[in-house]
Amino acid sequence: MTPVAHEIPGTTLFDGAQARRGYALNKLCYSLNSAENRAAFLRDEGGYCARFGLDDRQSEAVRRRNVLDLIAAGGNVYYLAKMAGAFGLDVQDIGAQQTGMSVDAFKAKLVAAGR
Amino acid sequence: MAEIIGGVATSHVPAIGGAIAKARQQDPYWKPFFDGFAAVHDWLAIARPDIAVVIYNDHGLNFFLDKMPTFAVGAAPEYRNADEGWGLPVFRPFPGDPDFSWHLIEHLVADEFDITTCQEMLVDHAFAIPMALLWPGGDWPVRTVPVCINTVQHPLPSPQRCLRLGEAIGRAIAAYPSDQRVLVIATGGLSHQLDGERAGFINKEFDLLFLEKLVSDPEALTRYSIPELVKLAGTQGIELLMWLAMRGALSGPVNERHRNYHIPISNTASALLLLERQAAAA
Repeated sequence: MTPVAHEIPGTTLFDGAQARRGYALNKLCYSLNSAENRAAFLRDEGGYCARFGLDDRQSEAVRRRNVLDLIAAGGNVYYLAKMAGAFGLDVQDIGAQQTGMSVDAFKAKLVAAGR
Repeated sequence: MAEIIGGVATSHVPAIGGAIAKARQQDPYWKPFFDGFAAVHDWLAIARPDIAVVIYNDHGLNFFLDKMPTFAVGAAPEYRNADEGWGLPVFRPFPGDPDFSWHLIEHLVADEFDITTCQEMLVDHAFAIPMALLWPGGDWPVRTVPVCINTVQHPLPSPQRCLRLGEAIGRAIAAYPSDQRVLVIATGGLSHQLDGERAGFINKEFDLLFLEKLVSDPEALTRYSIPELVKLAGTQGIELLMWLAMRGALSGPVNERHRNYHIPISNTASALLLLERQAAAA
């Protein structure tokens, strides 16, 4: 069966193709539920990425903390939020990064949505 | 027979857990959100539920992509919360009700919902925070049954399927041979999107339409496909599916007893809704 077309600007649905592409990356993120694993990840990011079998594109996106690249490489935002947390970033920080705004401008945009 | 005494739906943003842990409920940022719960606390004090069926979505605490059930039902004597990666304080365990869980499981499968059953199940912020909002203080006066809907990995169950799941939950509760008073809780939403260039998307106009239709004509919401709902409510706004399931469990006309809607909490349009069945309102 052909998947239903779902073109929504600025949006990637986490479907089977994404889930296959991002399995190793998301598995790494899932492991970060554990404080011990977060410490190990932060001590040796490159080694930790290699241990989970991330490909070069995924490892590079982790190294650059680039959320759009992490999504393009199959990352799911629910799992990526755990990695962002390990880096000390919250969802306003990653929202600002993905939209190319300052964090203050991003927060102002959220407030404006209520008017 | 058991009685459905009502339904409550609320947002479950993780930052709410942080605000509770730091006692920031009366800070100017949080006050418009937390103050909405006073009316629900008053109602709960009178309604006194024995069991809460909590319909929520796991965000990668209990389920990973290795095994991803579309619908999962808890059947454990208790449900534990745990670190989700942010090191936030962990909520006290929630008591389960295995007898009622297995009754629900039997009925749902007989009703052709091929659910996954879980005798061990960690519950994440989407389960724990609404419990803490309804019963602040951390003593849980109800036994709980988690019902988890996949909103992580597409394909997701359709709005129509989630409404029908709720209806089946409602029939199962009504058939439970006991005088238990059952509250149905839905968690998540409303509109928000964390990922992509469209991060920060909030759609107040659609949220208000959704709330209106959820109360008066939930069937009308089944015309949306999942991609249409994502377009209108955001990638995580798809958590509206849980609200539809709760509404299905109430079945028939309802009275809206309380509503709060506030933008923003974190990246989310937050909402709280308390519904009673008209038949049950005396």
